Amino acid sequence: MRDILAAEPDSSVAFLAGGTTVLDLMKLEVIRPERVIDLNALRGEYGHIRWDGVSLRLGAFARMAEVAAHPDVLAHYPVIAQSLSLAASAQLRNMASLGGNVLQRTRCAYFRDTSWSACNKRVPGSGCAALEGANRSHAVLGTSDHCIATYPGDFAQALLALDASVNVAGPRGSRRLPFASLHRRPGTIPHLETNLLSGEIITEFVVPSGAWTRRSLYLKIRDRQSYEFAVASAAVAVDLDGDVVRNARIALGGVATVPWRALEAEAALRGRPLTAEVARTAARAAFADATPQSHNAFKVELGQSTLVRALLQAASMEFQP
Amino acid sequence: MSETLFPQSSTLGQPVPRYEGRAKVTGEARYASDVRLARTAHAYLHMSAIARGTIEAFDLAAARAVPGVIDILTHETIGDQIRQTPAIYQGGYISDSRRPLGSAEIANWGQPIAVVVAETFEAAREAAHRIDVTYKLHPSLAAGMNSPSATTQTLEPMTIGVGDFDAAYAAAPVKVEAHYSTPAQHQNPMEQFATQCVWESDRLTVHEPSQYVNNVKFGLAEQLGIGAERIRVISTYVGGAFGAKGFLTQRTALVAIAARRIGRPVKLVATREQGFTVSGYRAETRHHVQLGADSEGRLSALRHEGWELTSRGDAVAMGAVSMTARLYACPNISARVNTVATDRSTPGFMRAPGEMPYAFALETALDELAHTLDMDPIELRRVNDTRTEPVGGLPYTSRSLMRCFDEAAAAFDWKRRTSQPGSMRDGDWLVGWGCATAFYPTYAGNSAARVRLSANGRVHVSSAGHELGQGMYTMMAQVAAEELGVPVERVTVSLGDTDLPPAIVAGGSSSTASVAPAIMAACDAIRRRLGVDGASPAEIMPAMEASGIGVIEEFAETRPHGVPPDSMKGLYRGKTFPVGGVHLPDRVQFALGAQFVEVRIHALTHEIRVPRAVGAFAAGRIINPRTVHGQFVGGMIWGISSALHEHTEIDDRNASYINANLADYLLPVNADIIDVKAIMVPEEDRLVNRAGVKGVGEIGVVGVAAAISNAVFHATGRRLRDLPIRLEHVM
Repeated sequence: MRDILAAEPDSSVAFLAGGTTVLDLMKLEVIRPERVIDLNALRGEYGHIRWDGVSLRLGAFARMAEVAAHPDVLAHYPVIAQSLSLAASAQLRNMASLGGNVLQRTRCAYFRDTSWSACNKRVPGSGCAALEGANRSHAVLGTSDHCIATYPGDFAQALLALDASVNVAGPRGSRRLPFASLHRRPGTIPHLETNLLSGEIITEFVVPSGAWTRRSLYLKIRDRQSYEFAVASAAVAVDLDGDVVRNARIALGGVATVPWRALEAEAALRGRPLTAEVARTAARAAFADATPQSHNAFKVELGQSTLVRALLQAASMEFQP
Repeated sequence: MSETLFPQSSTLGQPVPRYEGRAKVTGEARYASDVRLARTAHAYLHMSAIARGTIEAFDLAAARAVPGVIDILTHETIGDQIRQTPAIYQGGYISDSRRPLGSAEIANWGQPIAVVVAETFEAAREAAHRIDVTYKLHPSLAAGMNSPSATTQTLEPMTIGVGDFDAAYAAAPVKVEAHYSTPAQHQNPMEQFATQCVWESDRLTVHEPSQYVNNVKFGLAEQLGIGAERIRVISTYVGGAFGAKGFLTQRTALVAIAARRIGRPVKLVATREQGFTVSGYRAETRHHVQLGADSEGRLSALRHEGWELTSRGDAVAMGAVSMTARLYACPNISARVNTVATDRSTPGFMRAPGEMPYAFALETALDELAHTLDMDPIELRRVNDTRTEPVGGLPYTSRSLMRCFDEAAAAFDWKRRTSQPGSMRDGDWLVGWGCATAFYPTYAGNSAARVRLSANGRVHVSSAGHELGQGMYTMMAQVAAEELGVPVERVTVSLGDTDLPPAIVAGGSSSTASVAPAIMAACDAIRRRLGVDGASPAEIMPAMEASGIGVIEEFAETRPHGVPPDSMKGLYRGKTFPVGGVHLPDRVQFALGAQFVEVRIHALTHEIRVPRAVGAFAAGRIINPRTVHGQFVGGMIWGISSALHEHTEIDDRNASYINANLADYLLPVNADIIDVKAIMVPEEDRLVNRAGVKGVGEIGVVGVAAAISNAVFHATGRRLRDLPIRLEHVM
């Protein structure tokens, strides 16, 4: 197995874990790898779910369903459990790996349908068909003139809000990076979606615990009640002193090109009582720089309402002493 | 109710378990693509990537180089092996008028322009993807009804005028006027469009899921220029159809000639995306409705004009103003239908094809009128209830509309509703209750059946009807068992095969109304053979025993009321269509119902949910409450879906469908469907047909979208007149 990681890869290689993204995109011919390397032999080493009271360590090959149902995750990290169980379908959750989950590709129709020639993500420099196309589901945060495709996942928002880090391994050895540094905003080179180096794979997520992790949740708003991507979502984790916010951590989904940390909203909450009005002010701060497209202007307001609802719901969570 | 029609009823009216249920859940049931034929080659379609223009050149070199490729069919390679034949609405068989691979011309995105035949599915697919086409684009393109280059045409024969609408509307003390629209939607049956063709010398067998095997047989004979007696079409099980498998599509002839060219069986299973243009679909509609009423809510003026998208080649319209104009008492009516021709594939039939969109418009307008009048919407329907339709003054054979409203209202607890919009809020959730009328015309057509009774009490009944999942096998077994006085377990059934006595298309909710009388007539003939004409079922087996006859087999054909005598030859040419509804000279026939829904909309995040729906339907005699319950509940779920989920999204730049897959084309999942209740309101109608059945396959869909939009108004005070209703519309 070490050989796989040591081999010098190139762009014609695709790594396969759960297969729920790679096989889908191969059938669509969005990716056409010459070689597919099955990484599932690593599942023995990196399939763990381990909680030691200080941090949660999740092997990149753990299945979504296993993690979502794990008693320690449910008890100590509700936002992680919810972000996983509200995603995809039962069948997909049984197959999909955590590592693959955070790397899943956008659902932008113009990316997934190769008959559209203009997609900077698929064919660098070709343009963006979504700008003038059907873009209801597209992003309003983190967009550029080159790409407005939404990051589709849920779990990543939980990791981002909780300041998780990622362990990766590759031909040049292992390293750790903050989860917040994993994804790249599209900018002028939207085909580069992560800061993983060539040949690197994710092996583990490490999620610290804190006073905020128990008071956490994932709220996902979508067009149907299951098996559907978010129109807007919010991962929130709040540490309260009475009703005053000591610390709030927020990440937004369904509205941004990457898992989106709302630091401005967090700042607006700090030291204030968590009232509807304060939550609304924070939500406005989160979307202050939003850039809506022709069909998705509603996401600016919906994204804010989703965050407000998530924060108020978190504030009202009760715990057994 | 069934007692009077069938005094001895022991089987009919009982929730007999599905005849083919075990075969289906064990995987034993073989659908068209499951049939294994020796040496099968696999076909894969290549569809046009543009919507209007011409093919300048094919580059097939890379495709031919894929190992395993046997043949590639294009308009250049097949010559005139497939003939130009008239479309179904022109008196022919095929669902659109285009000749398969007929020319270099492209008339819509997703048009089949090449067929690759290879040793494996994978090779065929690989090669199809390697076909390189040079197109010449036409300078203008109409992707939708609002496109400047779309052309509108009024269908004059569908125009209705009664009294003086303009004067009555001008004089009406209370008026409502509004525009409505419904989106493109696709049937998406679970089973894909599959076809297998095998030639044995000059005889062709086609395995294909179909709602009308004889249409496929005779249409294909016409296209291939061969005698129909040389073609057999088999469709033993159909994995959902909903109108999409009603009539011959372009693919069948292509697979047939591919099989003939290579001298081997050929199998095609179109992909889900290809399925969006392989057959017809529910096209976009727009509506303009004007209602005038007195202060008591009595309608004095009704106007309904519809616009329906169609293709440039085929002026197809569902035109259900013929029904919306006849539902309520009103002395002054004006109605009109228009087609809007665009560069899209030809629309077709989708469960309650005209009824769903036209009911959405009228029944939402009625709710607007009720609100304007500050009147309970049920009472508005009551004051306008009628025993005769207002256009021709013809009587309804039976009409239990208000009984449906009253039973559904009671089950729904409608009396707890407070009329003010927004007045039923529950915490963070805005709550709204809405209702609407459901209707579906009662149709039937010529059909034939054969029944064989053996001395040991076994019965076999056969007719080329169709099992779409609706319960046809079970119904046929029940009717024969009932007529001959044998337990239903003793009856076996054959259907879905052109070698059997011909039956009507399984469309227009007419299968039972058409085939049950044919089975009954064959059983009558058995009675006559036994010399016990008119005997009760209990007397048949004793008579059989006394006769000493081993086996009696009888054939019968039946022609429903209103069907001309000379139409019977059409039965033997694949041209039997539903007759009835509003198209009879002496009466109108409808099943009617009432739809009630509760919607809940989150005050902050605006998700729209339907926690409960109650429908009550009066559809004549119910032969099997188990399968009929499935039809009603399934229809109501379709209705919820039609209002909140389904929307084929079109990119105007190339008139392509951008969500032609089941991940992005939204259908409700279990979590969306919470409490759906269907009530069967007893109704006896001796006129509609001998079986007394009105048909249940489509009515469940009708009116649900209006009930939902009416409930959304009640929850929010926002009147939404365009489907689908999504959360951004209630923000």
